[in-house]
Order: sequence, then structure tokens, then C-alpha cells
Amino acid sequence: MAKLESSLRNMLLSLTAISLGASAILAAGYAITKEPIDKAAALKEEKAIKEVLPDGVSSIGEAKAINIDGLSDSFPVYPASKDGEFVGAAVQTYSNEGYSGRITIMVGFDRSGSIINYSVLSAAETPGLGAKVIDWFKNDQKPKADIRGKNPQAKRLSVSKDGGEIDAITASTITSRAFLQSINNAYEAFAKYKKDNSIQ
Amino acid sequence: MNKLKIALNGIIRENPIFVLLLGMCPTLGTTTSAINGMGMGLATTFVLICSNMAISAIKNVVPDNVRIPAFIVVIASFVTLLEMVMKAYVPSLYESLGLFIPLIVVNCLILARAEAYASKNTIINSMFDGVGMGLGFTIALTLLGAIREILGSGSIFNFKFIGNNDGILVFVLAPGAFIVLGYLIALVNAIKNRKN
Repeated sequence: MAKLESSLRNMLLSLTAISLGASAILAAGYAITKEPIDKAAALKEEKAIKEVLPDGVSSIGEAKAINIDGLSDSFPVYPASKDGEFVGAAVQTYSNEGYSGRITIMVGFDRSGSIINYSVLSAAETPGLGAKVIDWFKNDQKPKADIRGKNPQAKRLSVSKDGGEIDAITASTITSRAFLQSINNAYEAFAKYKKDNSIQ
Repeated sequence: MNKLKIALNGIIRENPIFVLLLGMCPTLGTTTSAINGMGMGLATTFVLICSNMAISAIKNVVPDNVRIPAFIVVIASFVTLLEMVMKAYVPSLYESLGLFIPLIVVNCLILARAEAYASKNTIINSMFDGVGMGLGFTIALTLLGAIREILGSGSIFNFKFIGNNDGILVFVLAPGAFIVLGYLIALVNAIKNRKN
């Protein structure tokens, strides 16, 4: 079969046909993968919530959206209870101040507001540098960078460069600042949740 | 035998990274560790094989003047498909590579093979070309990633062999990629010259 001539009609027909074919394949692919993708995301979130809450939690309540001053997006707070008593909460928080795009983090607080653990849900930071945020702030071997057990109530978390006491990720101060900012915001939401529900 | 030669051509004689110097952007960006390099290489190989075959199949119904947009649509479709499948069935791999997958669309290696090979050869030959080029790309990226990981992070395939050391930072950053790539190309050329 000879190659089609580059006439306007042929070019239009050919490009239209290829685009339609590609759209059909992509639509089919989307329909097939949508359910597993949603499932994987839900599973990840569920796992993250469990990871950041204290041991022995018997039930995790429905998420409650909390808004804090100055930020348009709300923070879902997942209250956790043990034998009917409030023991802490997981807060989904975010920051748009990272090096590339939004960072979404799940962080857990115990009843007093001390950080239990965190888990990065999504981030697009530089691989090899800012991407270390995934475990940098919960490393047993780097106590100066560890945020676990810290309570942002008395003093907001900040990197040592800004006069704080947390060691930033090497060569990734912007990511570190964004991360700590999101943790501070999560604490605000947590404190507001406690106030709204009159929990001491 | 002929088919094997086509595939081997991409791995050694016309290695996309060390000889053709194609697809430098993802090469330098993704090879911070051996596993990242390998994952990127394999993902690219998959797209390359699929797009080579598809483009070879439609080559006669694409008029010359619109071939580039037509090829890009085909390549972008395969990349999007790959992204969705990875997200759905191997979320852990997607997490470490997800950032780079959309980059495959603009990888000039794939467009170059579509233009230089697939649009002139049969489907089967194009497939073997895709396999060879893809594997050559994967080997080069893995090698580059391994060297940068050893020097930059003190580990290999995420297995740390230097205690709690942060490594030589420059090798994790982009300049380190240029330095390692430069030495590797020099080495490959030296070996080739000695053979001649």
C-alpha cells in the first residue's frame, strides 16, 4: 500500500482517525483502572491513618472537616477512640509551599497534642533531596530531625535555620519549611477540633 | 539471526545513551539511584516497543506532513495508559516513578526511533528495534544510577553499605549526573577505540 499523499483532506482524516482511536483506548483504560486506582488510594489513606495513631485504638470515627483561619482548604480530622474515650486524632494536612506542587501528609496527635507519627500521602519533591521528607522527620538515628513526641502547642515547629529546633533535610530547606508548616497547620486543626467538641 | 542483530544494535553499537546521546533529560533527572534508573528504563522500554509497533502499523495511513503530531498522539496514549495501569496495579512502583512517567512522552529517544526506524520498517523489525533500544537505555540508566547511588548515598539498590553517611551530595544533584555520564561516555569510547 502506497503512502497517503499530504493533501488537506488526507491530513484531516488521518489525524482525526488517530485521535479518535487514541481517545477510545484511553477511555477504555480509564474505565478499567478507575476502580483499582480508587481502591489503592483509599487503602493507602487507611493505612496511613492507622500508622499515625496510637497503638490499641479500637475505633476510628468519621472524618470531620475543620477549617482554620487564612487557609481555604479544610483539614479532615479522623478522631480515634479507645474504649469510648478520645485518645487522639489523625489529621490530613497539606502545604503548597514545597519545591514542586502540593505535599499531602497524614499526621497523628495524641490527646495532649504530641505528634505520634506522620506519613506522606503524596509529594512531588526533588528525588534524592526533598523526596527524603518521607522518612527524614521520623528517623531514630537523627534525633535532632525527629518530630515524633514533639508538641507544637507551646512552640510551633520550625527549622534550625529559622531559629527552631528541627534539623532541615540537607539541601532541602524549602521542602522542610513546607513540611513543618503543614504539621503546624494540622495542629491548629487538631486544637480547633478539640475545642469544638470540648475535649480537654 | 537478523532480528537478533537489530536488537543487539540498540544495546551496544548504537546505545541510545552512550552513542546516540538521546533522551538526556530523563536520563539525568531520574538516575539518582539504581532502582529509579532501572524502573525508568523498563517503563520507557515498554512504551518504546508499543509505540514502535503501532507507528509501524499505521505508517502508510499517516501523510508525511502530519506525521509528528500523529506520532506524539500515539506515544502519549501509551504513556497515559502505562501510568493508569501502574497506579492501579503496582501503586508502590508508581510512588517512586510516578513523577517521571509523564516525562516519557517528551523523551526524544522514542520519537527518534519512530521517525528514524518504525516509520520505514516492518512491524516485527520495529518491535525488535524497540526491544534493543529499550534494553540499551535501561542498562545505561541502571549503570548511571548505580554509580551515582554508590557515590552520592553510599548504597546500592537501596542496600546501604556505608553507615549513616550522607554521601557526596553533588552526585545526587544534576551536576553529578553530567560528571558521571561524561566519564562513562569517555570509557565506552576508549573501549571502542581499542577494539578498532
